[in-house]
Amino acid sequence: MADHTVTAFDDDLKFIAAKVLEMGGHAEDMVARAVSALLKADIALAQSVIAEDLVLDGLQYELDDRAILVIAKRQPMASDLRDIIGAMRMGNDLERIGDMGKNIAKRTREIKEPIHPRKLVGGLQHLTDLALEQLKETLDAYANRDVAKAEKVCRNDDAIDQIYTSLFRELLTYMMEDPRNITVCTHLLFCAKNIERIGDHATNIAETVVFMVTGKAAPSKHGTRSL
Amino acid sequence: MTMARDSNQTEASAVNDMTPQAIDAAADAAVKAAPKIRAEKVAVHYGAKQALFDVDLDIRRNQVTALIGPSGCGKSTFLRCINRMNDTIAGCRVGGRITIDGVDIYDPKIDVVELRARVGMVFQKPNPFPKSIYENVAYGPRINGLSSSRAELDDIVVTSLKRAGLFEEVKDRMGEPGTSLSGGQQQRLCIARAIAVSPEVILMDEPCSALDPIATAKVEDLIDELRENFTIVIVTHSMQQAARVSQRTAMFHLGYLIEVGDTDTIFTNPTNSRTRDYITGRFG
Repeated sequence: MADHTVTAFDDDLKFIAAKVLEMGGHAEDMVARAVSALLKADIALAQSVIAEDLVLDGLQYELDDRAILVIAKRQPMASDLRDIIGAMRMGNDLERIGDMGKNIAKRTREIKEPIHPRKLVGGLQHLTDLALEQLKETLDAYANRDVAKAEKVCRNDDAIDQIYTSLFRELLTYMMEDPRNITVCTHLLFCAKNIERIGDHATNIAETVVFMVTGKAAPSKHGTRSL
Repeated sequence: MTMARDSNQTEASAVNDMTPQAIDAAADAAVKAAPKIRAEKVAVHYGAKQALFDVDLDIRRNQVTALIGPSGCGKSTFLRCINRMNDTIAGCRVGGRITIDGVDIYDPKIDVVELRARVGMVFQKPNPFPKSIYENVAYGPRINGLSSSRAELDDIVVTSLKRAGLFEEVKDRMGEPGTSLSGGQQQRLCIARAIAVSPEVILMDEPCSALDPIATAKVEDLIDELRENFTIVIVTHSMQQAARVSQRTAMFHLGYLIEVGDTDTIFTNPTNSRTRDYITGRFG
């Protein structure tokens, strides 16, 4: 698309897009490190994730602040307006993803011990890899305004839901085997739920990308959600 | 299948059973649905230079249609075709066909003075007559013979000023010159003058470009109210104003009508890339 006659308007839009991607980078990093801390019981790493949430919140504040200023000053229309509203929505989703990472880090402090059953570790790691892959793809789709890629992210959410459901069953089994597992397994169940939610937020962002580029809602996926 | 056939039969017999009143009502509805103004293949030349090319545009009744586009795109030229203001410009030729309620306004039998009473106009710069506030509004109805007594004329003046949202501000100074009013008040006086002769269509050529934001808001509010009784066509350079006051928007570029559609769509998701570039400030 051609540049705006007012160059400062382009600078504003570039700033906003860069802020979204910067938030995306931080959110990805927080989740990866939180899960790593969880699996290895690395309390120091967990603490650093908790601290980083403030940075992410600060980025969202900068994003919203500039977006509101641009709306007030330049009265954006059509695709520009969708870009700005979309960026604010993505900022919300990314901030929530950061919160999920922080929550996993907090539970790491509570659990205090490495996760043992190899199958469980593998399951959680796989769930995390899938969620982070979804997030990476959706941020790529945003950076390149790639509708096809965004729509693919929207369709791929099922795999995460399936793994989450199998982890849920597995954790139930451990709890039934020995009631002393209940505390840790409940924490892990919440962690798994958090990671599954990250996938949902990645899907939200992908839907926002479709809306930003086309002006139309992303095709909705019919079917029931798992627990 | 049986169901469908049955309902068709019911429908057909319903038309046969319609009362004369119902037929009148249906006819009224059909008239209301037809466009107030229809432009077909309108082309305008100023001497050798062509300013408009093959413009086809329907203007719906009781709606505000905004004409937008960069300077020199032909939007004001098109506006002036609707009440034949272009007739006054030497060397200007209008081709194609413009009808109002199905009647060709360029037909030689059309009385241009009468046409301009039916199609009022408000200009960019407020241009009250160098007369009193009262006379500014009373002049049109008087020369058009719309009143038979002073009381009736008073009534038209008061009603027009009220509809233009100006009466309360000027009721105690009707004898003062129109030019003594503020810019925003002068523009509303011009609108009162335009509606005093009970036109069907009001053309507005950048009516707010010389006004401050408060006066602009008052005129925009007025446009929204006037829509109930008039068909309004407005040329504006303010995208926000077009988005706020109109229901339909037509985008002109280099003498061509390049896109027309519901205002909500034009300003959120235009189809044409030049419309998109223009409304988002990327033009040229």
